[in-house]
Amino acid sequence: MEKFRQHTGQVAPLRRSNVDTDQIIPAVYLKRVTRTGFEDGLFAAWRSQEPDFVLNRPEYAGASILVAGSDFGIGSSREHAVWALLDYGFRVVICPRYGDIFRGNSLKAGLLTVVLDQPVVESLWQYAEDDPAAEVTVDLDARTILAGDLRIAFDLDDYARWRLMEGLDDISVTQRHEHDITAFEAARPQWLPRTA
Amino acid sequence: MGMTLAEKVWDSHLVRRRDGEPDLIYVDLHLVHEVTSPQAFDGLRLAGRPVRRPDLTVATEDHNVPTENIDQPIADEVSRIQVETLRRNCAEFGVRLYPMGDRDQGIVHVIGPQLGLTQPGMTVVCGDSHTSTHGAFGALALGIGTSEVEHVLATQTLLLRPFRTMSITVTGTLQPGVTAKDIILAVIAKIGTGGGQGYVIEYRGPAVDALSMEARMTVCNMSIEAGARAGMIAPDDTTFSFLKGRQHAPEDWDAAVRYWQTLRTDDDAVFDAEVVLDANELTPFVTWGTNPGQGSTLDATVPDPASFPDAADRASAEQALAYMNLQPGTRLRDIAVDTVFLGSCTNGRIEDLRAAAAVLQGRRVDASVRMLVVPGSMRVKEQAEAEGLNQIFLDAGAEWRSAGCSMCLGMNPDQLAVGERSASTSNRNFEGRQGKGGRTHLVSPLVAAATAVRGTLSAPADLED
Repeated sequence: MEKFRQHTGQVAPLRRSNVDTDQIIPAVYLKRVTRTGFEDGLFAAWRSQEPDFVLNRPEYAGASILVAGSDFGIGSSREHAVWALLDYGFRVVICPRYGDIFRGNSLKAGLLTVVLDQPVVESLWQYAEDDPAAEVTVDLDARTILAGDLRIAFDLDDYARWRLMEGLDDISVTQRHEHDITAFEAARPQWLPRTA
Repeated sequence: MGMTLAEKVWDSHLVRRRDGEPDLIYVDLHLVHEVTSPQAFDGLRLAGRPVRRPDLTVATEDHNVPTENIDQPIADEVSRIQVETLRRNCAEFGVRLYPMGDRDQGIVHVIGPQLGLTQPGMTVVCGDSHTSTHGAFGALALGIGTSEVEHVLATQTLLLRPFRTMSITVTGTLQPGVTAKDIILAVIAKIGTGGGQGYVIEYRGPAVDALSMEARMTVCNMSIEAGARAGMIAPDDTTFSFLKGRQHAPEDWDAAVRYWQTLRTDDDAVFDAEVVLDANELTPFVTWGTNPGQGSTLDATVPDPASFPDAADRASAEQALAYMNLQPGTRLRDIAVDTVFLGSCTNGRIEDLRAAAAVLQGRRVDASVRMLVVPGSMRVKEQAEAEGLNQIFLDAGAEWRSAGCSMCLGMNPDQLAVGERSASTSNRNFEGRQGKGGRTHLVSPLVAAATAVRGTLSAPADLED
């Protein structure tokens, strides 16, 4: 996983709430067995059917920060939604509330998902619509977003922040606790089912 | 202070806890399917890691498999490669697989309980959000992403932050014609698609106690549609009788039951949030919009977006009605469908098929409607055929298929075409979920069957006029 410390880029304002992971990437794109190349599936229906959709507008072509309405990433657990956003070029998503599984997936795969209140989200929408070329800086180290005169603090727990900043792989961290896992296994009740 | 059921299961699976870090939680059962696992197995291979506990892991083929001509190779090449990849991965890493054609193949959330692998007090995970289904047994069952699938394959554990707890108490008694599906659709409409976010929900109360295991699975299945990480129901005699005699039921049955009986929320435990619903007041429920929270009773009309006080809800309703091509004020009963889908991990079990067959017996599916009946597993199919249900469906003019996720998400050839409209017993009415440009109304199996007969959204009672 790539380390994430600070990122500066343009904002794509997505003025929609309840954007489920079926919208982020429809199921038909989930048949691949590879880990990359999902950018063509990102918002596939909206990109193909709505000429005015934000990602179809040339002024937002280079955006790398997506600002969305509440309940972004609800529904299916498909991590392909996170991969599609990353493959397309997004490094940060900002929204008032996420689907739990999507949020977990994003922080594990290196996509920074920031939670900000609805009024702040609206001011970022306005900022990006007033001047699509305007840049925003997301500083994970300082847990701060800079957008013109706006200086916005955000919360992210220390552990998730540390993992993102170090680009750490969870599995190698967990494997350091092999002894604890083995001890737990030894104490499991005998009647628990085995699949084999 | 006492503990809730969810907290008890959590605590009994705690491998490691440190301040400022997520808890390390042991996983008793890991269910795997073809769509969310290939990249995880690849990750193991790259790092030279084995599957730590193949004996606690089981795989099946469900999401993209065809439901016709299953004895032939999968026609769609990309789907075929994905299924073949799962087969190769399972062989290489020693994971038990129930492939297409096997008597025990089926939707992952149908076969786990059917095999007796899902038991009270366990932790169950799967790279699928409807893993919450298994909570019906008093298990803590979580949908996870592919990174976590790899983590569980490698370590048999998950790093998790403790959840908040919510009780949803359903009082009273369900009226005839009202089902578990109506309970959960009403719950989601009440608390919203984000209402359960951050919570593990425990469903309780007399109307929940009275539900069969299959109905309980329907309720827990859709917990994710309210945004919850999991849904649970405390195990009781209904649970124990369902499990008794199943292939993987505990040999030391009495010891297991003694433990299972302790899996109840203590009287003095406190939930972080509480919701109450009266079953006596529930009637058949259907969705009109493009998320599962946009629903109302079948007696209602399509709402006017202007009637929503919240701006985001209003915008969301406007967009939904445009997509669904519906006008405010239209009676839901006047909405005509061209497709009825009976199946999925929500409502593809034997009881669901029995309920729909009872409505269809001696009746015909309307000429304007295509009805697809897709059993949740090959065992469900076998049982239905033994009971003659397949003949009832076929005589009524419905199609009788083999097991899989099918039109719930349209990864296989079972899809809606652009502009088609379905009444579906599945779990998501998202834009394009059942096929690009398709429109979905979520319903119970009873409403699905009655709708197939009348051609417009209907309850069985409407057939008696």
